[in-house]
Amino acid sequence: MLETIYHIISQYILLPLTIAIFPLDYQTEVMLFLQTMIKILAIIIPVLITVAYFTYAERKVIGFIQGRIGPNRVGLFGFRLWGLGQPIADAVKLIAKEIIIPINANRSLFIIAPILSLAPALAAWAVIPFDDTKVLADINAGLLYVLALTSLAVYGVIIAGWASNSKYAFLGAMRSAAQIVAYEIAMGFALVGVLIAAGSLNLGEIVNAQSGSAIHWFWLPLLPLFVIYFISGVAETNRAPFDVAEGESEIVAGFHVEYSGMAFSVFFMAEYANMILIAVLSALLFFGGWLSPFQGIIFLEEFFSWVPGMFWLLAKTSIFMFLFLWFRATFPRYRYDQIMRLGWKVFIPITIVWIVIVSILVIINLPPWFN
Amino acid sequence: MNKRVNKIKHYINSLFLFELIKGLYLTGRHLFKRKLTVQYPEEKTPQSNRFRGLHALRRYPNGEERCIACKLCEAVCPATAITIESEQREDGSRRTTRYDIDLTKCIFCGFCEESCPVDSIVETRIFEYHGEERGDLLLTKSQLLEIGDKFEEQIAVDRQEDAKFR
Repeated sequence: MLETIYHIISQYILLPLTIAIFPLDYQTEVMLFLQTMIKILAIIIPVLITVAYFTYAERKVIGFIQGRIGPNRVGLFGFRLWGLGQPIADAVKLIAKEIIIPINANRSLFIIAPILSLAPALAAWAVIPFDDTKVLADINAGLLYVLALTSLAVYGVIIAGWASNSKYAFLGAMRSAAQIVAYEIAMGFALVGVLIAAGSLNLGEIVNAQSGSAIHWFWLPLLPLFVIYFISGVAETNRAPFDVAEGESEIVAGFHVEYSGMAFSVFFMAEYANMILIAVLSALLFFGGWLSPFQGIIFLEEFFSWVPGMFWLLAKTSIFMFLFLWFRATFPRYRYDQIMRLGWKVFIPITIVWIVIVSILVIINLPPWFN
Repeated sequence: MNKRVNKIKHYINSLFLFELIKGLYLTGRHLFKRKLTVQYPEEKTPQSNRFRGLHALRRYPNGEERCIACKLCEAVCPATAITIESEQREDGSRRTTRYDIDLTKCIFCGFCEESCPVDSIVETRIFEYHGEERGDLLLTKSQLLEIGDKFEEQIAVDRQEDAKFR
């Protein structure tokens, strides 16, 4: 269905437009550019809508866990709809608010910082395969690209803390920097395990390497790496219980104390976009991406064969997104030295050991995963 | 020896995240529990008959105001929110000429009501009121009497219920 819509747009809107406006020499290039833009929008807009409703889901889930019912007043079109209009109201409010730039702040860095934290979170979506064929950029070093971009996001935090010229913001930035350094390594090693197991850096090929059945997915042979990857992901996105960079009760709001209005909400969007990204990556790398969980089961496989692969990917992603919220509602914030201990003394040794084990498993071609 | 066993136990427990999973299980169960939120404008929590809300001045059934300007409430008020001026009336009885309560100062402790020898000043169950300007929350004698007149029925019932505990 998505292919048909894309086909209609590119054939009946973009093509006549290009032919009508641009001279013959550039038409192929312009057409390619426009088609890519359409694909980018087709990814970015759903991601941003998901970000908006993820904030709503967060408030609902945490509310439910705490015995409350969460936002339920702002509806749509005159109906209450369990408060589904809340994200829109929040967005309107934030857009309307003034962006205050502190007088002693470094103006240019202060404005660049939120952009720098949102851009990588969105750019990383370029290599995410939603299906066998649906991927914006099918590059062979996809995993490396994702790793590079997710680590880039911390620069936004550090620059924000520095540019604000505020003690709290600076403390937040310092904490965030040290934390990311510690967890980036564990996360990188976890991904090394995945690429040893899959024998490829291309995310599509990694998923295809997991086909067979739910047991063939990498979560089973790489279970410690998966757990470490996900926990590092939580730490990487500065989410509870690793949210020392924000630490409301200690340093007010950490790196974004001085931000208001849209500049603040861009940070917010970056955080949530990163969470969704980590969730998608967990689904892709360890839980077979778009592969059906009923693959290899005689009767159920045929029964569910009509379900598009994208649905499975999104379902798996939602489970991990829910985990983020569940963690936040459950765990108190780690003390700073505990975070460092966990990162350096627990995660990194375990990942190194498990990489060796995975390498051995791959060399001996252990069935059912590596034969 | 036992100490070492405990230490190993602790290591295993934290390494395999048993305690964290226990915590997740607990909060996960709460996700499906009954929600306690009271949907305020539609639903309201029950109120005590001793509820201390907006003030009112009461009258006797014959229409005579109860307040005798003894100024006990003014004296007992910890926030000095009450201002009273009094004069002798033509019939010889002492009555207030001015009885102001500054609601921005009032802490709703209920001492004025406790101290009143004639049950004149009372606190009602009303808590949903507002002022749009600063002066709106300065209640004068006539306003207080008006509130008293309007809610006398409820006020009387509440005092009656509470009488046996006094």
